[in-house]
Amino acid sequence: MSEPGLTASAPARAGGRLPAWLPPHRIVLALIGLSLVWWCAGTLRWGWLPDYGWLIVAGIWRTIWLVVVTTLLGFALAVPLGLAQAVGPWYLALPARVFCTVIRGTPLLLQVWLLYFGLGSLFPSIPWIRDSDLWPLLRQAWPYAVLALTLSYAGYEGEVMRGAFKSVPRGQLEAAQAMGMPRLTILSRIWLPQAVMQVLPTLGGETVLQLKATPLVATITVVEIYAVASRVRQDTLIVYEPLLLLAVVYLALAGVIVLGFRWLEGRVPVRGV
Amino acid sequence: METLSLLALEPPGWGANLLRGLVNSIQIALGAFALGLLIGTAGAYGKLYGGRVTRDLLAIYTTVVRAVPELILILILYFAVTDAVNQVLLSFGYPRIQISGVVAGIAVLGVVQGAYATEVLRGAIMAVPSGQIEAARSMGMPPLMLARRITLPAMLAFAMPGMANLWLIATKDTALLAVVGFAELTLETRQAAATTKAFFTFYMAAGVLYLIVTLTSGLLFGRIERWARRGEPALRRAG
Repeated sequence: MSEPGLTASAPARAGGRLPAWLPPHRIVLALIGLSLVWWCAGTLRWGWLPDYGWLIVAGIWRTIWLVVVTTLLGFALAVPLGLAQAVGPWYLALPARVFCTVIRGTPLLLQVWLLYFGLGSLFPSIPWIRDSDLWPLLRQAWPYAVLALTLSYAGYEGEVMRGAFKSVPRGQLEAAQAMGMPRLTILSRIWLPQAVMQVLPTLGGETVLQLKATPLVATITVVEIYAVASRVRQDTLIVYEPLLLLAVVYLALAGVIVLGFRWLEGRVPVRGV
Repeated sequence: METLSLLALEPPGWGANLLRGLVNSIQIALGAFALGLLIGTAGAYGKLYGGRVTRDLLAIYTTVVRAVPELILILILYFAVTDAVNQVLLSFGYPRIQISGVVAGIAVLGVVQGAYATEVLRGAIMAVPSGQIEAARSMGMPPLMLARRITLPAMLAFAMPGMANLWLIATKDTALLAVVGFAELTLETRQAAATTKAFFTFYMAAGVLYLIVTLTSGLLFGRIERWARRGEPALRRAG
């Protein structure tokens, strides 16, 4: 996102002492914002915070864990999905395309409920699953949450990676082939890195979307930060304060993701012409 | 497979419930999309031509809305809007009212859509060659006529892909209203599934309904984009 405010206020630096990003009106806005925060801290009811402190920390940790695990797994799935669509033969490209379309065309909440309630009601009726060592795991909710979020991320990113793989210049791949590189080495050293570098900004945005998708798994009894806040609301009958806390937590997490991807983008080597 | 008969439209089947939910979903999606475009147009103009304070406030609006999960915005806005309306009503001596789910859903999702639409439309307006806008200004066109005759029609082609995306987000976000108990498609599906225990049948059926909506609207938006791009020189020449 470009910041028109930054460029517009640049000339102010020449004369005044204020830095360019802090023209007078921003100071006023910041003061108003601070007084709003002050008012929130003073007049709203925050007495429940100490009682639920550890639960909140555990909830935030679970949310972070979900985002990290599902983006990594989802991206690992998205690479073959993107490759299959970009250059694969039709019997690979078609299923990959159908998968991405279905995932992107239906609400995530429906997918979560389909997996949890659907599979969850199917598994107990199959004897060899009940007898297997995995059964204690499958009786919990979080494997379904991880599966649903992973598939969702893979579906969206498969589409992104399709474009990314196609956008790598052919000359690069031909040069690698001419050097006698094996196909897997070409993929891991030339094709994938260049494709990922091109779509890093998109991936950053998609990861923020993934963060915003995590509260949906609270509906299948996974206890992350949104579920903790809902419990506070049920226990104490306080409406706004837990929601405000949630908004602040998600803003902070989204900020971390954005900064992290900006750092990654900064490490991408820029080719001098 | 024998559970397929549960999808029948007549009472032992739940098909009518699903269709009613679908109609509700589409209604809300349409309303939210339209409201979002209104807010987005105003927001885009504010971000491009507004004063410093307007621009900073709009930056806060788009940043916050795009960073906080829709589910939480829906809850906050739903409670806040209901509260605010009732406070106003009470202070004027009217009794409390219950805000209908459709209106609340449209308002809340519209505010969310508005933030995304602001960014989409801002980008599209910036893509309009500035010479066209300057030419219209130098002809003495008043700002509203300039927007109506030059900027908005010219930016439509650039905005269409983003707007198609927004529409898809709007249809899928209606599912979130299930969490606050509004009877749209996903909640109707859940109720039908929980009652009959035919989970796969109903969730699959709802998925198919959503897919039909998204795929048809994809075709529709493709058509509108081709129409919006009419008269543009072809980017790729044959041979």
